[in-house]
Amino acid sequence: MSRITLESKPSDGVRELLRHLLDKGKVSAVLAPRRLDDEGSLDLGFITDRSELDSIDPFAPVMIANTAQVLSMITPSSSKIAVVLKPCELRGFVERVKREQGTLDNILTISCTCGGVFPLQKAVDGITGGMTANYYSDLSSEKIHAEIRETCKACEHFIPINSDVTVSLVGEKDLDENCQIYLNSKSASELLEGLGGEIDKKEYDPAISAGLMKKRLAEKERLFNSVFPGKGGIDAVIEIFGKCVGCHGCSRVCPICYCVSCDFESMNFDSDIAYYEKELSQKGALRLPPDTMLFHIGRMIHMSFSCVGCGLCSDVCPADIPVASVFKRTGDKTASIFDYIPGRDLEEAIPVMVFKEEEFSRFVDE
Amino acid sequence: MSEWQPKILAILCNWCSYAGADLAGVSRMQYPPNVRVVRIPCSGRVDPLMILKGLQSGFDGVLVSGCHPGDCHYISGNFVARRRFAVLKPLLEFVGVEPDRVQFSWISAGEGERFAQVVTKVTEDIRKIGPAKRLVKGA
Repeated sequence: MSRITLESKPSDGVRELLRHLLDKGKVSAVLAPRRLDDEGSLDLGFITDRSELDSIDPFAPVMIANTAQVLSMITPSSSKIAVVLKPCELRGFVERVKREQGTLDNILTISCTCGGVFPLQKAVDGITGGMTANYYSDLSSEKIHAEIRETCKACEHFIPINSDVTVSLVGEKDLDENCQIYLNSKSASELLEGLGGEIDKKEYDPAISAGLMKKRLAEKERLFNSVFPGKGGIDAVIEIFGKCVGCHGCSRVCPICYCVSCDFESMNFDSDIAYYEKELSQKGALRLPPDTMLFHIGRMIHMSFSCVGCGLCSDVCPADIPVASVFKRTGDKTASIFDYIPGRDLEEAIPVMVFKEEEFSRFVDE
Repeated sequence: MSEWQPKILAILCNWCSYAGADLAGVSRMQYPPNVRVVRIPCSGRVDPLMILKGLQSGFDGVLVSGCHPGDCHYISGNFVARRRFAVLKPLLEFVGVEPDRVQFSWISAGEGERFAQVVTKVTEDIRKIGPAKRLVKGA
C-alpha cells in the first residue's frame, strides 16, 4: 500500500518505529528478539518499557524460540501488540490460528525479507556476534550466507506473506543508511502515521530479491535430492531416524504440533511385557525404547502438510538428525497434493479438515 | 512347511463395509481367509497411524473400506478419510512400503459379492508383492 524510507540502518529504523508505536500509545507492548550481550546471547523480549527497546535486535539471525508458539500464549490480547518475527514464524502462527491456537486480532506483525538464521548452537556458543557483519553484506548482494541453517538455505518463502509491515533487507544495496519499510495493511498505515521519513505509494516488488530467490530454489532442489541417503525407502528412514533418542524435542518446539497431550506420549503407545515377549518371539530382537521411528512418521502424517520449514526441530535435536530437512521435503510433497502452502492464507482450510465430493478417486478402488 | 500366506488387516466401517462382509458370510460366498477384520464406527475414524502400526506389527497388507461417497452414516466421514489417505500415500512411498500394500475401497452393506471380490483382489495383489519387510525394523 505504501512505503516509508528512513535514513538509518534497518535495525535502527525498526527500533525507531517501535519507539513511535509505544510513545504514541498505539501499541501497549512489543514482542521482539533482544540482545543480552555483545557476543550473541539473545532472548525473546515482551516489552512495555520504552528504555528496554534499545536492546532489541529485530533481525537477529537466530531463532531463539518460536514466536508462533509464544504468540499463542499472549493472544487474544485486549490491547494492540507489535510483534517482530521471521516470515516462517508468521506462517507458523497463521497455521496455529487455523487450529484455534491464537488470533491475529490486535497483533501488528512486523517482518522482513529474511536472509535465514544461524543454527541455534552458534547462539548458545555465543559466536553469532562476529558473523553478522558478513551476514548483512550477503543480504545486500543476495548471496546465501555460508553459515546459515540447511533449511534456511533452501527456503523460498523468505518474503513475508500477510505481514502488516515488511522491512526490505534482501537485495537492498545500502543497509547502512537506508531502511525501506513497506506498509501492507490499513492498520499498519494508521498506526505508523507520523513516523516521519519519506513516504511514497509503493508496494514491495519481488524483483528486488529475485536473485536470492533463484539461488534458494536451486538450493532447495539440491537439498531435496540429497536428503534421503541411498535409494530411499525403509533403509534411508532407518539411517536418518535410527539415531533418535526419543526425547520428542522436535515436536515440543514445532509451531504446528500444538496438541497438549500428544498421542505418542499417551497410553496408546504404552506396552507391557507380554507385548514385548510376543514381538520378540517373532523378531528375535527389539529396539528399546520402542516406536522412535514410528513417532517421526506419525508426525509426518499428522502435520507435514502444514510444515513451514522453520528449522527449529533440527536446531534442538540432540542427535543431529536433519529433522527439518526431511519434514520440509515430505511436507512439500503432501502439501502439493492439495496445492496448499502452509500459512499463505488464513481463510485456506487445513487440507485434512475439508474435502470435495469429487476428488482423489485414484486413491480409492471404486 | 506350508506355503506363505499373506496376513491382511481389514479395517471396515460398521455401517456399510462390515455389513457387506456379513452379507458375504451369510450368503456363503467364497473368499480368501487371509483377512483379519477390525470393525470401526466409520472410515473417518481411521488414523493413518493405525495402518502403519498394523504393518509394523506383522501384517503384510491393510485394506480400509467405508461407505460409498454420499452414503456415509455420519454424512462425510468417508470423504475426510479419503483426504487422509491422500496424505498417507506419498509417505508410504517415503518409508518404502509398496503402494499396493495399503488399499482403500468403498463397499456398501448390499455388496456382499463385491466384498468377496475386493478381498480376493487385495489378497492376490499382496501375495504377488510378497511378505512385508517389517516396517521400521525393531522400532
